[in-house]
Amino acid sequence: MHSEPDIVVIGAGPAGMAAATLASSGGARVALLDEQDGPGGQIWRSITAAPEARLQTLGPDYAAGLRVARDFAASGAEHIGRATVWQVTREGVVNYLHAGVSCSLRAKRVILCSGAMERPFPIPGWTLPGVMTAGAAQILLKSADTVPTQPAVLAGCGPLLYLLAWQYVRAGVSIAAIIDTTDASDYRRAMPHLPRAVMAWPYLQKGLALLRVLRRKGVPFFKGATQLSIEGHDAAQAIRFTSGGKSHRLQTELILLHQGVVPNTQFTWALRAPHSWDTAQLCWRPDVDELGRLQDVDQVLVAGDGRGIGGASAASIQGRLAALAALQDLALISTDKARPQIDAARSELQRHLRIRPFLDALYRPKDANRIPADDVLVCRCEEVTAGSIRDFVKLGCSGPNQTKSFGRCGMGPCQGRLCGLTVTELIADARKALPEDVGYYRIRPPIKPITLAELSSTRDN
Amino acid sequence: MAADNDVIVVGAGLVGSAVAYGLLRQGLRVAMLDEGDVAFRASRGNFGLVWVQGKGYGCSPYARWSLASARLWPAFAAALLEETGVNVELVQNGGFHFCLTEAEFFERRERLQWLQAEVGPEYGFEMLGQASLRSRLPGVGPGVTGASYTSMDGHVNPLKLFHALHKACLGRGAALHGNRRVNDIRYADGGFTVTTSRGALSAPRLVLAAGLGNKVLADKVGLYAPVEPNQGQVLVGERIAPFLRNPTIYVRQTDEGTIQIGDSMEDCGYNDTTRTEVLAKIAARAIVCFPQLANLNIVRCWAALRVMSPDGFPIYQESTTCPGAFVTTCHSGVTLAAAHAQRIAPWIAGLSRPEELDVFSGERFLDPHREFHNDH
Amino acid sequence: MTTNAFSVLPGAVSTSLVNLTFNGQLRRVPAGISVAAALLGSGEMRLRSSPVSGAPRAPYCMMGVCFECLVEIDGVPNRQGCLISVQDGMQVRSQEGRAQLAQQQEPHEHA
Repeated sequence: MHSEPDIVVIGAGPAGMAAATLASSGGARVALLDEQDGPGGQIWRSITAAPEARLQTLGPDYAAGLRVARDFAASGAEHIGRATVWQVTREGVVNYLHAGVSCSLRAKRVILCSGAMERPFPIPGWTLPGVMTAGAAQILLKSADTVPTQPAVLAGCGPLLYLLAWQYVRAGVSIAAIIDTTDASDYRRAMPHLPRAVMAWPYLQKGLALLRVLRRKGVPFFKGATQLSIEGHDAAQAIRFTSGGKSHRLQTELILLHQGVVPNTQFTWALRAPHSWDTAQLCWRPDVDELGRLQDVDQVLVAGDGRGIGGASAASIQGRLAALAALQDLALISTDKARPQIDAARSELQRHLRIRPFLDALYRPKDANRIPADDVLVCRCEEVTAGSIRDFVKLGCSGPNQTKSFGRCGMGPCQGRLCGLTVTELIADARKALPEDVGYYRIRPPIKPITLAELSSTRDN
Repeated sequence: MAADNDVIVVGAGLVGSAVAYGLLRQGLRVAMLDEGDVAFRASRGNFGLVWVQGKGYGCSPYARWSLASARLWPAFAAALLEETGVNVELVQNGGFHFCLTEAEFFERRERLQWLQAEVGPEYGFEMLGQASLRSRLPGVGPGVTGASYTSMDGHVNPLKLFHALHKACLGRGAALHGNRRVNDIRYADGGFTVTTSRGALSAPRLVLAAGLGNKVLADKVGLYAPVEPNQGQVLVGERIAPFLRNPTIYVRQTDEGTIQIGDSMEDCGYNDTTRTEVLAKIAARAIVCFPQLANLNIVRCWAALRVMSPDGFPIYQESTTCPGAFVTTCHSGVTLAAAHAQRIAPWIAGLSRPEELDVFSGERFLDPHREFHNDH
Repeated sequence: MTTNAFSVLPGAVSTSLVNLTFNGQLRRVPAGISVAAALLGSGEMRLRSSPVSGAPRAPYCMMGVCFECLVEIDGVPNRQGCLISVQDGMQVRSQEGRAQLAQQQEPHEHA
């Protein structure tokens, strides 16, 4: 194994595999690092181990990952699974843990494809055992054929919520309810974007077909749900909400939440790259050019949901764009040869991103579910409430780093992943400022916790 | 000069807040100016030691100044608790300075013997060989030669201290203006006008407690504060069951149960990015000190910039060309917080001037016949 | 606390099973899945108590970002159960509060 590959790709989802495959076929020495055993990222999780029955249940979008994984396996790129990357430097040094030891690679280009994660859903009771994300439920289904034993309660909004429900229906799992926060105002907001969305008809059609199946199955939908709160003492027991002018209480020990996904930006923040606040997607995005080059950081590129939510197809195309950029930088492909490929990929990308404004508008997560009431926990790790953070703002804290130092919010093992967005928006709301002026946590390596012994062992590299 | 404030404190970090708190206790009306969330902010990066032993080698007034502050700390912490309800978790049960080689052990003993001779028998210390050290701190690794111990040392939660100071200042009516970078200071008619990125303020007295920013600001009011950044890196481990109640120079367990591991001293400019080779060295040293920490998960690392004067000692001075302007800077903002509140602030308010302060004037660095080093 | 909130699909292709103990109790779980998935699928939900307040916690994201699925595996505390595959003979314990590091002796205060 080379300790100095040309290109290191981080993340084995659609973007990562596409980037590694193309770069390798272009003559670069490529190493792809991923936390999981096998490739696939989250959307194609455990794809290489999926039996036929699971492929049927999960549907064609999941099964599509199989061919991508095979191309990747045949590409000559080196796949290093069970690798936990804890640092990427501006000079292209990648430090990662593998089998309990810290290893180091030095690459000429690093392509970050760490994808997305679920947006936090800070409502009362969200930290109780029995409350999980829809993505978590999907992972259990994909990787372990594990499903709820009782009729499932899903709450929130967004395509993934409905996709999970559809997959459960196909797997024979009953759905107790979909508590949908989407309301009339969301449809009104989305309407202006509909013409463009119609141009992305396959996406729309897929979504509509999915919803049709759910309706035909008689899955109970509660629309325009507000005032969501989860009850329970040591574990979830019920979910309360208002819908159709009435208050409801559903008894359940398992609640699956989802209100969209957001880019995983730990690496790009740690590189001190500039980020912008996306007002449509309500999240931070690293500033990149059309090929994914990270602004101010020549040796690092970003592809996939990590540079902005776009879905699997867009991610794959961005992976190819980043690979083409890297191959050009390494003089493994001439600009003349690269240009047509880049142009073709760019227009393909535009097509796949056409649906986004519509989806972002329609499934915009509600303010109340992003900026919670005082007694709701914002930082799960350190158990800091929204009210405490508002108090810190009153004490003069103008940003997340100051509130962190006052209340430990963001200092736990998740390193701000589950509270960061909430804290930025909470402070912005309290200060009547814009999120981009409030900023984000200062993120530093280790990007994942590393033991003292492992950290000490880096000296041997 | 008519003004809403008696004094403007530039910098609301640990030094500025402690001074402001002391001034407020003297009954002055105080305005505090603070740069913002991502300024260098030395105050966020410190180890939390209230430390006396070893300081002031070659400058015994500094040793005495530190010792005096440590003695003032219990009353200081109690006052903050009473006023704000925030317990800063002061524990002064003695501290250990580990020596990892024979040479270090000898140097340490020499240093402390010198200090004891200068300060007096109250400066008590013990040199502990490996066996004695292990009997007091089980878990110490075989690679540790020994340690010096004094009962003068302790630790505190620096973030709670910061929180408490802010709460106390606001509780006493301080006007805190955040996100204001100071661009200019003018002295006229016996007072100071401070121009910031968002408006101007005036007061008859001014305190520069802006850390690294003091260097440029001091110039504007006839003061000399040639401070430079000195980088220190710290690893923070997860919470573990109680294993270490005394602070040590490289490892301490906080009141929350987390483990703080330090530290380093590097001159690398205005750079507060962590460097892996330094972190690895700190990690390796921590395992030598306490082998059982090998499996400790490190959750955060950070690098902060100490505000370092050429000789490493504080700068406290009132301007002669612009009387009423003061500079207060140091790199031990935690240990000296009590002194800043209870001895520096009264001086700034016009009361007694601590006699130790002669030694700490900024002009000492203008002496061409002296050489300075800050690696103490 | 067993809740049986999750179980393995009856129609799932049967892979080989491995032995795992959870808090001393033997479980037979499918090979090749994560520790967290194995525990959830065998009827567990609460895997730890928070070191801050002692509140009960359970897996939330299953993808390694939430750090709620921390368990002790073969004596090493605070490991992310959703990122580690089960091995035959693994001894898993719930992570109750703060980690105890090996060879820890009684904390000694010298004052």
